[in-house]
Amino acid sequence: MGERTIIPFGPQHPVLPEPLHLDLILEDEKVVGAVPSIGFVHRGLEKLVEKRDYHEMMYVIERVCGICSFIHGQGYVQTIEEIMKIEIPDRAKYLRTIWAELSRTHSHLLWLGLMADAYGFESLFMHCWRVRERILDIFEETTGGRVIFSVCKVGGLWKDIDNDTLKRIISELKIIEDELKPLTDVFIKDFSVQKRTRGIGVLTYQEAIDLGAAGPTLRGSGVALDMRKLGYAAYGELDFEPIVEKDGDCYARTLVRIREIYQSLDLIRQCISKIPDGEIEVKVRGNPNGEYLSRIEQARGQVIYYAKANGTKYLDRFRVRTPTFANIAPLLKMLPGSELADVPLLALTIDPCISCTER
Amino acid sequence: MAFNVIGKTIMKSLFGKPATAMYPIIKNEFYPNTRGNIENAIEQCNFCGLCSRRCPTGAIEVSKPKRKWEIDRTRCIVCNFCVHVCAKKSLSTQRHYTAPMTDKAKRIYTLYGEAEKKDA
Repeated sequence: MGERTIIPFGPQHPVLPEPLHLDLILEDEKVVGAVPSIGFVHRGLEKLVEKRDYHEMMYVIERVCGICSFIHGQGYVQTIEEIMKIEIPDRAKYLRTIWAELSRTHSHLLWLGLMADAYGFESLFMHCWRVRERILDIFEETTGGRVIFSVCKVGGLWKDIDNDTLKRIISELKIIEDELKPLTDVFIKDFSVQKRTRGIGVLTYQEAIDLGAAGPTLRGSGVALDMRKLGYAAYGELDFEPIVEKDGDCYARTLVRIREIYQSLDLIRQCISKIPDGEIEVKVRGNPNGEYLSRIEQARGQVIYYAKANGTKYLDRFRVRTPTFANIAPLLKMLPGSELADVPLLALTIDPCISCTER
Repeated sequence: MAFNVIGKTIMKSLFGKPATAMYPIIKNEFYPNTRGNIENAIEQCNFCGLCSRRCPTGAIEVSKPKRKWEIDRTRCIVCNFCVHVCAKKSLSTQRHYTAPMTDKAKRIYTLYGEAEKKDA
């Protein structure tokens, strides 16, 4: 047994742009323990709900995260709509689903790029982001923004997508799929990539459940839990099954995300083929009164929104539980026993979004 | 397991067209929907101040007596909420973004309306 050393990892680290700090306890090059600390970018959004009315708050909530911004906005308005018992038109539900699935695709592509970057595969990183750019272009064309869309509102949507654009999106998806295939093959088949991912950071089925993992981290360990199956927005009318891999290692988690990209593209096609014509918003009158807890599936896993309203235009309490927070405990389980060089890879494999977690 | 799976993609990008554009020689083309600068058609504005009250970041300042409409470009998050709430539909989004600036004072963009017509 070697001497124990403590090495700090983060909050600023070349591999991870997120301010996650880990105190790694090492024996020679082997990690035996890790102590996390977060809280470097706390912004206090949850306090702000007392000062901004529930319509304006939508724009603030959207800025919780720069990657899954749409899904955050969608979760918030869904919670308020449930409190106010507003039924939004079907077209709005389908459009929300399309944008949410596009967000998932772009988030997973971004993650694949970062993952390739984490094991030093720079060219793969750039190619993943090149494909992602096409999705950002779709966003800009349909919503006006590349990162923050600001199209959701309580009671529906601000913007509609016309049917010609929807058709164009389908042909664009075909190009994305063709460009993506050779890249995902690298993650799945390449020998040197598998050397870095197979059998590393194994999280068993039971551990994943006990530690409350979320999203691809959970499904990579064989647990078929996907909040989209609850049937919010238009998911109830779409045909899909949660994607599950059994191994629980870095490779399995990568595979889950890759398969989810193709699933998302398929879901968008299903949405576009089924989307009804009609209104995209209903008139909202009055203020919310009551409380509601809604769960939706983000690219990184299950996210929970809780809102308590008191009949005025300001909410009493608002709370977000992001998937990264749920995945920090599983990360600490994965780390002991791994090599120091694998730590960035393992930290990335839960797809951490610390800025999301601290809001 | 296979080796050099990315080889084909690398050859394609070696001999294909570059994926990036030569900015700033080639300017980016924006879409009709792109949300850029907030602009005010001041002759239509009635200085009601609704945009200023509803702005999530407090970037807009309106003064009815001075007939002044002012926006802090660096505080504006281009969420478009002011455009949606504007009763006179005088606010709109442009298809270009705020240019970078070195002078901090330039972030404030002010528009003055014509003096109110007094009844004869």
